Amino acid sequence: MTVTLQPRSTRFKERVTLLYEPGLRRNRFNQICNGIAGSFALIAVLPLFLVLIYVLIQGGRLISPQLFTGLPPAPGLSGGGIGNAILGTLLVTLVASMIAIPVGVGGGIYLSEYAQKGWFAQFVRFGNDVLAGVPSIISGVFIYGLVVATRVFFEQSYSAMAGGIALAVLMLPTVIKTTDEGLKLVPQELRWGAYGVGASRFVTITRITLPAAFTPIATGVVLGIARAAGETAPLIFTALFSPFWPEGVFNPIATMSVLIYNFAIMPYEAQNELAWAASFVLVMMILAANLLARWISHLTRT
Amino acid sequence: MTSSTTTVARDVCLSLQDVTISYGSFEAVKNVYMDLTRGKVTAFIGPSGCGKSTVLRALNRMNDLIPGCSLKGRVIFDQHDLYDRRVDPVEVRRRIGMVFQKPNPFPKTIYENIAFGARINGYQGDMDELVERSLRKSAVWDECKDKLQESGLSLSGGQQQRLCIARAIATEPEVILMDEPCSALDPISTLKIEETMHELKRSYTIIIVTHNMQQAVRVADMTAFFNAEAVEGGSGKVGYLVEFNDTEKIFNSPSQQSTLDYVSGRFG
Repeated sequence: MTVTLQPRSTRFKERVTLLYEPGLRRNRFNQICNGIAGSFALIAVLPLFLVLIYVLIQGGRLISPQLFTGLPPAPGLSGGGIGNAILGTLLVTLVASMIAIPVGVGGGIYLSEYAQKGWFAQFVRFGNDVLAGVPSIISGVFIYGLVVATRVFFEQSYSAMAGGIALAVLMLPTVIKTTDEGLKLVPQELRWGAYGVGASRFVTITRITLPAAFTPIATGVVLGIARAAGETAPLIFTALFSPFWPEGVFNPIATMSVLIYNFAIMPYEAQNELAWAASFVLVMMILAANLLARWISHLTRT
Repeated sequence: MTSSTTTVARDVCLSLQDVTISYGSFEAVKNVYMDLTRGKVTAFIGPSGCGKSTVLRALNRMNDLIPGCSLKGRVIFDQHDLYDRRVDPVEVRRRIGMVFQKPNPFPKTIYENIAFGARINGYQGDMDELVERSLRKSAVWDECKDKLQESGLSLSGGQQQRLCIARAIATEPEVILMDEPCSALDPISTLKIEETMHELKRSYTIIIVTHNMQQAVRVADMTAFFNAEAVEGGSGKVGYLVEFNDTEKIFNSPSQQSTLDYVSGRFG
């Protein structure tokens, strides 16, 4: 039995070869679009590498043990280090974390686990998104007005505490958002399983749901810390600066970001170099925090 | 009838009296009367969307977790209406355990999966012994006795489901509810779980929702057939209980035409 095919319509342009022809109009167009998209992607990551390289060149050569242990020199003198600023940044960030993590994780738990789909949860979510967009300087001025100007902490004005609170305001939206989203990713079946064996809501959340969402929550917290650690504007108003070692959380404190801001515009060579060195250390710390967040998010669940 | 205490026949474990369950304003299942016998396996069968899973979840107040779900009527268990305001749903779920359609072991070790429920229920005895006994009862001990400290998620689907059954019986409930426990499993795992159920019915009342009619014939002593019908002026179909009787009667000489149509495959 022979099969006869119907003659093909001749209204289409004749193509005889199955081979790829680069000169074809659609293929040329495709190449151009690929090229454009690729170069924009390259431009997008270019600033990161330029910043890293520039800071590395300018600040990397100043890295020495003394940089981490010494105090900044008096104007006109050379040498010295940024030990107090590194310690200060760690301390202020720690204060911020100790406020933002409990409040943020608690708020996220409320939104995801307790809140009905009522107006209050909607309002909190919306408010949280707005807070995420508030410029950091506003947070600084706000804490300045609330804590610094009123001298609520032991008649102290500028303090590490105030700086920590200002940074906590900036961290809060990230922590709430990632906790809320992370808990939403936990399969509903897991909660049912816990309720099915007679667990109360509290036990279900603390023993089953939160551990299951640990990875996204921890990632969000680390990213929030990384963002807060590099902030300058809110700290200028709140933590101020100090050329000395930290004297507790209720006194003004040096931080790396404010040190960079202060020293970079000073007319002294030594201070400018320390500003570069501090930039390098700060960028490396934030990079490390981001790598830590990536590592946490890759952790396999047990 | 305002009192929460009610007497029902001694061999009745759970008694549904004019139960109507709604999601928001939509009635999912209507006017169910049913007495579930103690120490028996009862199967709920019926087409999708007829409300059998909804009724099952109503028996241990799992529906509380679904927003907008409400129940009218009474569910009597141990002389109490489960929906009385004074009843604590957590306490209800401790005495009426549940196994779900999809295996849902906790992301913990096999040992911890079992121990979790027992511990929160205030178990005082030897935990190792309880874990072994529960896993043996649910016929999964041989497969996981050497890896109790590995994650429950490392088991196969069928083993996970039997682990979930072990988890449910470790808290020593009086009733075990099973919502299509075998629908995600292969025939061999299904068979093993059915054997487990035969073991379990000596000590527990079991209520199972299944789409598999052969399974109902194999495991159930009693069978309830649910159906759904469109109602005038309503949106969507409303489920109702068509017939509830011995499994043998339901499959061989049902009293309702629609039951006969369904069990003989002439449905729809």
